[in-house]
Amino acid sequence: MIKGYLGVDVGSVSTNLVVIDDQDQLLVEQYLRTNGKPIQTVQEGLHAIGQELPADVKIAGAATTGSARYLTSLIVGADIVKNEITAHAIASSALAEDVKTIIEIGGQDSKIIILRDGVVTDFAMNTVCAAGTGSFLDQQASRLLIPIEEFGNYALKAKNPVRIAGRCAVFAESDMVHKQQLGYNTEDIVAGLCEALVRNYMNNVGKGKEILAPVMFQGGVAANQGLVRAFNKYLGLEVIVPQHYGVMGAIGAAILARDASRKKGKTSFKGFNIQEINFKTSSFECKGCSNACEVVQFYENSELLARWGDRCGKWELHVV
Amino acid sequence: MKISFPHMGYSYLALKWLVENTGHECIVPPEPSSRTLDLGVRHAPEFACIPFKILMGTYLEVAEKGAEVILTSGGMGPCRAGLYWVMHQYILDELNTGVKVIAFEPPLCDLKDFIKKLRWVRRTGGLSVKEFVQVLRITWEKIKAIDEVEILSHEIRPYETNRGETTRKLWQALEMLDKANNEAEIQDAMQEGLKLLRDVAQDRSRNPLKIGIIGEIYVVLEPAANHYIQIMLGEMGVQTDRSIYLTSYTRKNTIVNLEGDVFQIAKPYLGEAPIGGHGANSIGETILYARHGFDGVVQLAPFACIPEIVAKSIIPAVSKDYGIPVLTLFIDEQTGKAGVQTRLEAFVDLLEKRREVKAKRGIERLVI
Repeated sequence: MIKGYLGVDVGSVSTNLVVIDDQDQLLVEQYLRTNGKPIQTVQEGLHAIGQELPADVKIAGAATTGSARYLTSLIVGADIVKNEITAHAIASSALAEDVKTIIEIGGQDSKIIILRDGVVTDFAMNTVCAAGTGSFLDQQASRLLIPIEEFGNYALKAKNPVRIAGRCAVFAESDMVHKQQLGYNTEDIVAGLCEALVRNYMNNVGKGKEILAPVMFQGGVAANQGLVRAFNKYLGLEVIVPQHYGVMGAIGAAILARDASRKKGKTSFKGFNIQEINFKTSSFECKGCSNACEVVQFYENSELLARWGDRCGKWELHVV
Repeated sequence: MKISFPHMGYSYLALKWLVENTGHECIVPPEPSSRTLDLGVRHAPEFACIPFKILMGTYLEVAEKGAEVILTSGGMGPCRAGLYWVMHQYILDELNTGVKVIAFEPPLCDLKDFIKKLRWVRRTGGLSVKEFVQVLRITWEKIKAIDEVEILSHEIRPYETNRGETTRKLWQALEMLDKANNEAEIQDAMQEGLKLLRDVAQDRSRNPLKIGIIGEIYVVLEPAANHYIQIMLGEMGVQTDRSIYLTSYTRKNTIVNLEGDVFQIAKPYLGEAPIGGHGANSIGETILYARHGFDGVVQLAPFACIPEIVAKSIIPAVSKDYGIPVLTLFIDEQTGKAGVQTRLEAFVDLLEKRREVKAKRGIERLVI
């Protein structure tokens, strides 16, 4: 029997699941669109990855990360819940010990993580604007009628990237439309968008950070060769795109699951066959005081598993 | 007169007492909520920062409740907040609220104006100078007592064994202070409140991280504007100290006070350039926290706040020189706290790891 460790990363756009073994080898991976339904997506993803997993692998630990990490931990039965910044850093440094900078661009957030000697020393995440993230590229690709998978190839064909304002997603879009109306070709516009995104990223999250090689570029957006080229051009070095760039957060979670379950000596993992279970949430407004907290209740079938959202702790409940 | 003022943390309790005991009726500003924000955003200029929008919303809410006068602070220097009360007045007039904004400028900037406005508050309330001075004194005692219990709550929270207990006890303590009407009663209420907090069930074997909170005054002082960051961090097991308390200047148990002049401390990084707002403070305070052995600093900045943006671009140099990590959070309309939570959790992970590495190095050095 082989021991496997499950990592689940539920982000705004995608839900990624991986199982790794004791040697950090990726056994299986699943990449799904979250579509605003994290519970259902996780159930589907778990089922799918369970089908795919070789029969001799037994899950010995599970962890969740991403913006829906707490909710997901209740569904999966996680041994540890970790934020995605730490998870990404752990995955990258497991892969390449000497990595000094991580560029991660996901669906709605982008981050930079600075490591020295395998320890995170600084990080930043975009705060109030989603310009320069995957969702923005998605939108522009559909506006240009290019499948997002093809976006990078278009950019690579460009001869003279058009300069597009990248500070704000709305300004970028109108600037791009103006350039289209002036007759610039699509390839040059796409390449211009990639460069705008990189400029925005560097000015926003990258500002004031000491970017040293090796630089790892990960997250779903790293699939875009146009962006890889734009980063190389801007930074004057070659960024490394890891083989499993899209699921690094989940891999980091899986590594954490291994450590946590070893420490615990067992796992809380509920198994893959949970698609029959009816998970649901409901909420109510507490009338206890003027804060009027929105309290969320989480049910597994008819059993109340957890309650959160209250500031005073009056309603807080964790069955698991 | 029906008088109101901006909501800033728990200070409203003391200001309410001041207004009522000056012979006016107090319209207590509600804690900023999503409704406050909605109102503020609807009527404020799009490019104004979040303190402007929250205050705008608050003013409209108190106007609905019948406030006639709003007392607030002015300000001078490069930060646009000094002009905010003028803009607020324009908008309140445009909306026909009939509310008058009275802004107190720093006394050193225009002493005459300051005295004139104070006199107006006193005379319309029908108080003698002597009575008014006494009311001001008690108000000040009340503010000090409020700060005192709040400071202790942030020290105790990371040790609490039942989440939320410290916060509930703090609320109880504040309620007692609310009812106190003279110096003796304030002292009693404060002592009892401090005892309530000390009696919270605690696990003293923990060794909490220490984080300093710096940044623009409104988002530092108003928990509803900063996602209750001190409570959030406290419940994650972190002790926090914030750079600004209304009574910072007079106390010795806060890191930032008159003892060390933050402007002087910030000077090597700024030269003579006045960057306005609390920008220079943010730089000086980062240094102070580093000197006092804090593990990290969180800078709170309203989105598009120029002084804090300038400070943010200088802070990496300070951070490097003094070896203290700084996390900047820009605050705008978002009410979802998940994003802030993620960043804070990652920051705490970073600080804990640093502590581990430092401890390990210390041991290695000892062995050698």
